[in-house]
Amino acid sequence: MKSALRSLIDESVTIIREVAAEFERPAMLFSGGKDSVVMLHLAVRAFSPARVPFPVMHIDTGHNFAEVIEFRDRAVRDLDVQLIIGSVQASIDAGRMQDATGPRASRNPLQTVTLLDSIKEYKFDAVFGGARRDEERARAKERVYSHRDAFGQWDPKTQRPELWGIYNGRHKPGEHFRIFPISNWTELDIWQFVADYNIDLPSIYYAHRRQVFRRDNMWMAVSPFLQPEEGETVSEELVRFRTVGDATCTAAIESSAASIEQVIAETSVARITERGATRADDRISEAGMEDRKRTGYF
Amino acid sequence: MERLHFATVGSVDDGKSTLIGRLLYDSKSIFEDQLEHIEAVSKRRGDDYVDLSLLTDGLRAEREQGITIDVAYRYFATPKRSFIIADCPGHIQYTRNMITGASNADLAIVLVDARTGVVEQTRRHSLLVSLLGVPHLVICVNKMDLVEYDQAIFDKIREEFETFASRLDLHDVTFLPISALAGDNVVSRSANMSWFEGPTLLHHLENIYIASDDNRIDTRFPVQYVIRPQRADTPDYRGYAGRVAGGMLRVGDDIMVLPSGLTSTITGIDSPNGPVEQAEPGQAVTVLLKDDLSITRGDMFCRPNNRPRTSQELEAMLCWMDDAAPLQLDKIYTIKHTTKLARGKVSNVLYRLDISNLHRETDIKELKFNEIGRVTIHTTSPLFFDDYHQNRTTGSFILVDESSGQTVAAGMLLSPRS
Ligand SMILES: Nc1nc2c(ncn2[C@@H]2O[C@H](COP(=O)(O)OP(=O)(O)OP(=O)(O)O)[C@@H](O)[C@H]2O)c(=O)[nH]1
Ligand SMILES: [Mg+2]
Repeated sequence: MKSALRSLIDESVTIIREVAAEFERPAMLFSGGKDSVVMLHLAVRAFSPARVPFPVMHIDTGHNFAEVIEFRDRAVRDLDVQLIIGSVQASIDAGRMQDATGPRASRNPLQTVTLLDSIKEYKFDAVFGGARRDEERARAKERVYSHRDAFGQWDPKTQRPELWGIYNGRHKPGEHFRIFPISNWTELDIWQFVADYNIDLPSIYYAHRRQVFRRDNMWMAVSPFLQPEEGETVSEELVRFRTVGDATCTAAIESSAASIEQVIAETSVARITERGATRADDRISEAGMEDRKRTGYF
Repeated sequence: MERLHFATVGSVDDGKSTLIGRLLYDSKSIFEDQLEHIEAVSKRRGDDYVDLSLLTDGLRAEREQGITIDVAYRYFATPKRSFIIADCPGHIQYTRNMITGASNADLAIVLVDARTGVVEQTRRHSLLVSLLGVPHLVICVNKMDLVEYDQAIFDKIREEFETFASRLDLHDVTFLPISALAGDNVVSRSANMSWFEGPTLLHHLENIYIASDDNRIDTRFPVQYVIRPQRADTPDYRGYAGRVAGGMLRVGDDIMVLPSGLTSTITGIDSPNGPVEQAEPGQAVTVLLKDDLSITRGDMFCRPNNRPRTSQELEAMLCWMDDAAPLQLDKIYTIKHTTKLARGKVSNVLYRLDISNLHRETDIKELKFNEIGRVTIHTTSPLFFDDYHQNRTTGSFILVDESSGQTVAAGMLLSPRS
């Protein structure tokens, strides 16, 4: 009998190859987070022994965990792929937008501008993202081939039908598609793959001691980009990250899971979703993710 | 672990999303923050109870209108099985989204409101599920709490459905009386319906034997992508990547390439896990051949003595999904079939199905939004295909409108009527 993970791999590899065959200029988003790492490994396996026939792109807010950037550079070297960096700082310097200011400022929403500018600059017509449907209720609704109009916008009310395994990537000049090859994977599937294929991840996914403070019921890491406010006290805790994103809005969880096996054990009994546990930005409103996606966010 | 893919279908408001919410809630598959979120939203709206449909109705417009607009996918697992759920919309306007959700399902749950019984959308969705070849069906007569858990009502709806369904191609149909709202017979047995002796819905989903509908006999391999590394360490590598659509591929097998008709022998198969000796339906692999043939995307490998049909004249059941314009005879559409793009036009509508009684209406010149008909299609280049009942992959296609880019129809290829 086919294992569920193997069917997922077959489906994802098929989607990645289909896009490489049908689109002129695809690119794969790569943040160094576990989902994009798994997606990139699937791409490597899809084209082996040839190189991955498209570049990877990191939309860099400049507010990163150092371990992740170090990992990113090592991964693209080891996997022999070309890296393009879309820099939020460069977009700010060029006057495309203003930096976020104020005590709780985060550059997370600013990524959309840089992402759309980069797509235009490099004329990408398909951009792979590592989003999973189990992450969030708006993502649960999205197609594998997700159409974006000339403004980069998603319209959830007019999604194209998507039947069987037949995908329709037809678009007008200036429009593009976001492609989600790991739509049907769950957080646990990702970790199972990491275990079965011995995938290297940034060290912050495993338990380590870190300077943190409590905010909105979450553990935020002290960094050059995020400092405690008055009344927030810093302590050193044993934590790990369940997701990796912009350092100003990604929280750590208390955990002693230091190995892949321990992370799998912890994930299988988790009572809180990964975004609920770690993302300050998702608490904005009832439809925070949907609204951001509509305007072109990942 | 094996994964069962099921879809909930049926008319608007019959309780599909509530049922999924109930299934997840009672099987303890809801995360605390998700529950807090829907509790808060229900409270803010002044509901008396937590509205479980909010778990899948995640779009702003869905919450405003209180209906499902597009399919939501959810994943959950019990110790026995893991599941992919496609919660489909019931509203007729969004039938194409229902088709999207049901096209890959192993099983469909058809919800019927106990107060209204079988209505037009129940019939339309059941017809679509049968055309799509979904192998298993569960008819849930829902909202039994609103009819005093009356067995006579359940029996009557069951009869009503069976009368209609006798004209459909359905094989395995199970009936369950439930209340999605109150939880009767969803995960735990109902104390209100002791007259019912069958299983609960979850028990049924966990234990039903799902025969694979993969065709393991007729070897079909649509070439998706040619892998040529151009690297010093693999100068001669030339592999044909794709997903096995039928039969088995084995190293040493003789194969024929369509459309050229040239033959060769498989010398190697690479999978995402490295080289393998054989590949089965669904597997994504790269095939290496003994001979250097000219092969491109859209070609198909088969066995020399077992070929798909090859023709420019097709006959198919067509579901029209475009709300902007009806199917126009003799207009050129793009056809996407396996990895092949062709162009073609519908030359004739043989008949249209009347959803209410399944009668065949002839003398039809177009198919409008949500209509289903049997058509003949003429393509600019030959397709290599099988009857949809033999092979869901080589037997299916979509039509794309060349100016709007929209996917306007779903088609299932059939043998011409004699
Ligand atoms: N009394 C009662 N009400 C129910 C039951 N199941 C669902 N409802 C109610 O029926 C209404 C519609 O439920 P939904 O779950 O949104 O229906 P749906 O089939 O998903 O609707 P669409 O997705 O829009 O087609 C809601 O008000 C539910 O609370 C039930 O078993 N008993
Ligand atoms: Mg619904």
